[in-house]
Amino acid sequence: MAFFNALPYAVAQGLIWGIMAIGVFITYKVLDIADLTVDGSMATGGVVFVVLNAAGVHTILALVIAFLAGCIAGLMTGISHTVFGIQPILAGILTQLMLWSINFKIIGRANHPLAKETFVTMNIERLGFTITWMLLICLALIAILYFFFGTELGCALRATGNNANMSRAQGINVNLNKVIGLMLSNGLVALSGAFLSQYTGYADIKMGAGAIVIGLAAIVIGTSIVSRLTTNFAITLLSTVIGAIIYFSIYQFVMNLQVDANLLKMLSAVIVLIFLAVPYVKKTYFSNVTFKKKVKSNATGEGGTENA
Amino acid sequence: MLEIKNVSKTFNPGTVNAKTALNGLDLTLEDGDFVTVIGGNGAGKSTMLNAIAGSWRVDTGSITIDGVDVTNMPEYKRAKFLGRVFQDPMMGTAAGMQIDENLAIALRRGKRHSLRWGVTKEERQRYRELLAPLGLGLEDRLSSKVGLLSGGQRQAVTLLMASLNKPKLLLLDEHTAALDPKTAAKVLEITDNVVNENKLTTIMITHNMRDAIKHGNRLIMMHEGRIIVDVKGEEKKNLTVEDLLGMFTKASGNEFASDRAMLVK
Repeated sequence: MAFFNALPYAVAQGLIWGIMAIGVFITYKVLDIADLTVDGSMATGGVVFVVLNAAGVHTILALVIAFLAGCIAGLMTGISHTVFGIQPILAGILTQLMLWSINFKIIGRANHPLAKETFVTMNIERLGFTITWMLLICLALIAILYFFFGTELGCALRATGNNANMSRAQGINVNLNKVIGLMLSNGLVALSGAFLSQYTGYADIKMGAGAIVIGLAAIVIGTSIVSRLTTNFAITLLSTVIGAIIYFSIYQFVMNLQVDANLLKMLSAVIVLIFLAVPYVKKTYFSNVTFKKKVKSNATGEGGTENA
Repeated sequence: MLEIKNVSKTFNPGTVNAKTALNGLDLTLEDGDFVTVIGGNGAGKSTMLNAIAGSWRVDTGSITIDGVDVTNMPEYKRAKFLGRVFQDPMMGTAAGMQIDENLAIALRRGKRHSLRWGVTKEERQRYRELLAPLGLGLEDRLSSKVGLLSGGQRQAVTLLMASLNKPKLLLLDEHTAALDPKTAAKVLEITDNVVNENKLTTIMITHNMRDAIKHGNRLIMMHEGRIIVDVKGEEKKNLTVEDLLGMFTKASGNEFASDRAMLVK
């Protein structure tokens, strides 16, 4: 019963983290980059919003600034990767570490309560209102991204992640597109952080720790549900949000079992591990085409070396 | 149309793995030339195409395409002059994108990517008309992901993409080598049609000497990063594989050393 009472909270949190998961989707699925900046930029969004909120800045403006702060974080990672040739995963870790200090400087202390309540809150009387708002925001973002990825720029970004070699041959500035994708992604992650700080009523510099795992969990849960039914981009994005809701429902369920709270991070990691491992294990160990595939990849390997 | 002057390139310079792939290469192409390129493994054929395309900077020399010096131009900017098809059918197309999206990206080669639609309705009609003569049934599958196509179909799409914007120069890097003989012949036939219809200046690398003789108006043979044989016009039409092998031995002082080329002579 306690679980069902807690379910609306799981939905609200899932919708907020769903925006973050959509951000991760852009790097992880579209650009094919594992970007670890997000653990830092999630907190950046939260601390920027809380500080602006305390200074009396309008909520909408504060959200926009939080989004832009995330974009700057993505720009840092993008420049480290494209201009200075650092592997994307390491570039993300470096930015994440820098953000730890930067976030602390923005907030001035380890955590900061929200000065003025906004339209997003975990207050039980207005929880339905919060859920409705977050749902509308998620749907609007999905619609915007769906159209964006149908434009020339969006197609160039998808091609960059799909086949960088082909993209360069077709005159696409691969480095520029990677930077744009990283900025967009981290902007959305920071926006999610800003909503999360409103929801929980505070921001602290540790609020993004392990965020990437939650984002990936949402993506893998979501895509495992719809990938067999459709490849429609908007529905895939929506499934990512639904994946986040399912993740937080599982989380809530386990919480209600009175599990030691210190084990919850382990749970998150194990969920991602299982969802990522199952398709691979199925393909590699339980499929008859395995042998054929191996032969084929050997054949192209030979062709490659002769390409002198 | 294309002028390569004294271009050299050494990979891994100053190490034990140093390899001089191009060694003072000179080549001038006239407008409308269709040049086939043959040579053993490591002769520098692909390296020459990569130098033209700008995959990396050359060590010495200059490359000019249609009067524009592109020697120091990044790869993505040069792309507007070039159409390219690679040996690996997977390399020239984006597998996760639809056929029409791939073609649309090629149509916008060398132009700024704006927030206008990535593919328009009128374009789709044009793509259908361009795909139909290939005889592969692709005109009805515009919204299929390219990853679902066979190697031959992907090469055909890549060829169409390469020619879509009328490039100044078409670079074909053993683009039939990974295909079965029947498909390879079909793709070569499409190649001839595309080149003739658009009057494209073309460089085609092949390991098949008969194809090298049959196609194009000029044939060059490379060895150790340089051109050692250059045959055009009437002389090329009357060439035989035996002539080519003889020329190679005479020019290089070696037997022709590509097992694969021997197999298909």
